[in-house]
Amino acid sequence: MIASILASGLAVGAVYALIGVTYNTMFSASRVISFTTGMLGMLGGVFGSLFVLRLGLPIWMGFALTLTCCALIGVLTEFVAVRPVLKSLDQHLYVLTTLALSLMIQQLTATEWSTEPQRFPRLFDIGAGVFDEKFWLPVVACGIVMGALELLYRHTLVGKAFLAIAEDNFAARALGLPERNLRIASFALAGAIGAFAGFAGGELLLAFVANGALLNFYGFVPVALGGLGNNRGAIVAGFALGIYQQAANFIVGGIFASVAVFALFIILLLAAPQGLFGAPATRRV
Amino acid sequence: MSGISDALPEIAVNGSRKRMRQALVSAGPLIGIFVFALTVPFFSNDYWVLIATRAAIYWLLAGALNLVVGFAGQLAIGYIALLTVGAYVTTILSTGNVLPPIPPLAALVVAGAVGSLFGVIVGLPALRLRTFYFAITTFGFATIVTQIALAWQSVTGGGIGLAGPEFPAPFNSKLGFYYFCLAFAALCTWMTFNVAHSRFGRALIAIRDAEVAAEAAGISKARLLITVFIFTGAAAAVAGGLFASLQTYITPDAFTFDLSILFFISILIGGRGSILGPMLGTMILTVLPEIAAPLATWSTFLYAVLLLAVVLAVPGGIAALLDFKSRKPLQRDRVIMPRGSEIVEVLRSARASVPLTLRGVALSFGGVRALDGVDLDVRPGEIHGLIGPNGSGKTTILNIISGYYLPETGTVRFGEDALEQHPTVSRASKGIARTFQTPRIVGEATVLQNVLIGGTVHGRGSFAETLLSLARHRQDEEAYHIEGLLALRAVGLEGLADVRADRLQHSELRFMEIARALMARPAVLLLDEPAAGLSADEIKRLGQLVKEISRCGIAILVVEHHADLIFDICDHVTVLNLGQVLANGTPAEIRVHKEVVSAYLGG
Repeated sequence: MIASILASGLAVGAVYALIGVTYNTMFSASRVISFTTGMLGMLGGVFGSLFVLRLGLPIWMGFALTLTCCALIGVLTEFVAVRPVLKSLDQHLYVLTTLALSLMIQQLTATEWSTEPQRFPRLFDIGAGVFDEKFWLPVVACGIVMGALELLYRHTLVGKAFLAIAEDNFAARALGLPERNLRIASFALAGAIGAFAGFAGGELLLAFVANGALLNFYGFVPVALGGLGNNRGAIVAGFALGIYQQAANFIVGGIFASVAVFALFIILLLAAPQGLFGAPATRRV
Repeated sequence: MSGISDALPEIAVNGSRKRMRQALVSAGPLIGIFVFALTVPFFSNDYWVLIATRAAIYWLLAGALNLVVGFAGQLAIGYIALLTVGAYVTTILSTGNVLPPIPPLAALVVAGAVGSLFGVIVGLPALRLRTFYFAITTFGFATIVTQIALAWQSVTGGGIGLAGPEFPAPFNSKLGFYYFCLAFAALCTWMTFNVAHSRFGRALIAIRDAEVAAEAAGISKARLLITVFIFTGAAAAVAGGLFASLQTYITPDAFTFDLSILFFISILIGGRGSILGPMLGTMILTVLPEIAAPLATWSTFLYAVLLLAVVLAVPGGIAALLDFKSRKPLQRDRVIMPRGSEIVEVLRSARASVPLTLRGVALSFGGVRALDGVDLDVRPGEIHGLIGPNGSGKTTILNIISGYYLPETGTVRFGEDALEQHPTVSRASKGIARTFQTPRIVGEATVLQNVLIGGTVHGRGSFAETLLSLARHRQDEEAYHIEGLLALRAVGLEGLADVRADRLQHSELRFMEIARALMARPAVLLLDEPAAGLSADEIKRLGQLVKEISRCGIAILVVEHHADLIFDICDHVTVLNLGQVLANGTPAEIRVHKEVVSAYLGG
């Protein structure tokens, strides 16, 4: 049982962690927390199934198209729901605009795709039991994304520009960084990461429209607990959440597992609203 | 508040007549809609009565939720959780599949009680969490409640569901049930109307748009929000009981998140801080998919498009579209003419002031020593100027007195009272009022409403009395309006009382903040750069006004960069530099103080 808990816990944990990284990527560039994040993960599964199973494209092409489509949706988010409300960030209108956009994506998927879970293609057909690819693929995906982000942020000029904007938007603009283009690029990147999470977790979570809302919630838990904008915190908290949830699943059963996750989330968040790894915010009058 | 109508009969009589007229203007459309709703069965068929019943039930929930979302600005997107709880409690108790059955009406009452408890639980995170965080927790509650309903088969019937309650005659016919629901909707509207036009409604808006100022006015966010969550939870659960009866059969599928979004979006497209707007919003969203059948499958998409359009194009929602008054141009070249002589009247019941004493106050932000052992004495009836270069710690001192910061060492005494041991919200009731460097105002409220926020702590009517518009609530409101108009006259803004505050000029906002502070009938008044952005004439009048206020025995502490104003009005001046007191004395002494001249004044 412990093996199954670990296998499925690490797998869903990796998906949650990646969705958390998606939240963070958008947040760092714009200070916006977007309701479209979970939808990107859901679309990773839906597009994968659509391109490979329904349209019969080769897996690599389906993968590339999925990432591209979701990157475009990320850019669309920036144009429609983020840019218009950035001027009045303190009014938090982004909560409403991104909620509206995510509802549109959800309804569009439900109507044009399906409201029932659909099959996702078997990608490599390697492993069985607890070593089945559906369990380790998300973990590998998580490793790849973290490695790639590390390379991007540490060793490329664009990556350093991302960091500069995340650190201090005004100063970065004053230095002449193309803030707007970098923000668009960040949203495209976020879209691709979310799609990657959904694609890698497709065999586990299936191509199912309801995943969008669930990933919105379960992907935000690691962000909240790890501290907004803190990718490492999100990864640690994501895996911890996955294992905790699956353990509760195996021990007390599905529904009460959700209750357990939710209760723990609320309690931890009320105890440390800035997250377990974040610094407390200072107040300015 | 004490009866003041003898002192100023003219304002009182005109004021109460005007208030009556305004109440009629704002309640008129609501009454009109209900009169129309009463006549619906006479010119339509059963189908439309059913739709109207649903709209009434939805409005019962959305109308109460309006206080949380529209007034307090809390993004509660998952209130379907309370509808679900109310529906199941009413159904389970009245069908008796767990306990012996009780009459449906009694079950509805119990559901209301359970709902108020759940309302507090769902709302509690709002006291610590903001915006997206709070939104996602309420979303979590909505998901969890549905999942429990699905899993707890022995009680809820799981996915198979339960037969909904049937209310006794005459409420069991289509028509009877419609009027039953309509009565609840009307009651809810009346109650929220009373709250909206009370110190509680104004305090909720203040929490939404000017939280810091709300705290300074003595508004306790936690207490107020919990009170509102109790009311909203009860209303939502009762709506759930009615909903269960309307559905005749309930399964967890009936409580989709889409329905939750309908409530939330109705309020936002209606406009924040309005009752008519969200009511129209609820009616539109309920009826729209019925008029155009093909829209039914796309209803959520449509709601989302509406939400996006409203946020991006008409942030004020339907209410702003209907607000014709605010489109009339204001008179140009307005002059602020304070009437210092009226200050005595405004402050006649202010308590006697006591000295404010700071000793050895120190505070650091990270590595910056903002205050480094400051002593300060502010005496009643005296205007005390606090000057110094930028970053010398002037505003930090005001913030320590107001309780936003705790000093690391040192004491802040107000008379015998050690202020640093009391929370920020206690300052207003102790008689400490202030203005802010950047005016902290509620732009969407009128100037008068903004000013009334300052007097929140003097209200006597409780929230329950306000809901039912009992005598103490009505006396409060009458006294508030008289005092508010008086304070506005004193600062010279009475002509703008009914104008939205965001249409005022910057200098007018500064005087408005002073009027708001006066409403607290303070013993100590803290002014943070009151002359910033004022013209030379306005500064002169401001100086006169401040002098008049101090003549009433009030202690005044002014932070200011206009040295002329400081030397003109102050009895005593303290100069700060790098968090330390550089000099202390009368204006004449400071003006010639060598170090002050070289460090700050120049020349």
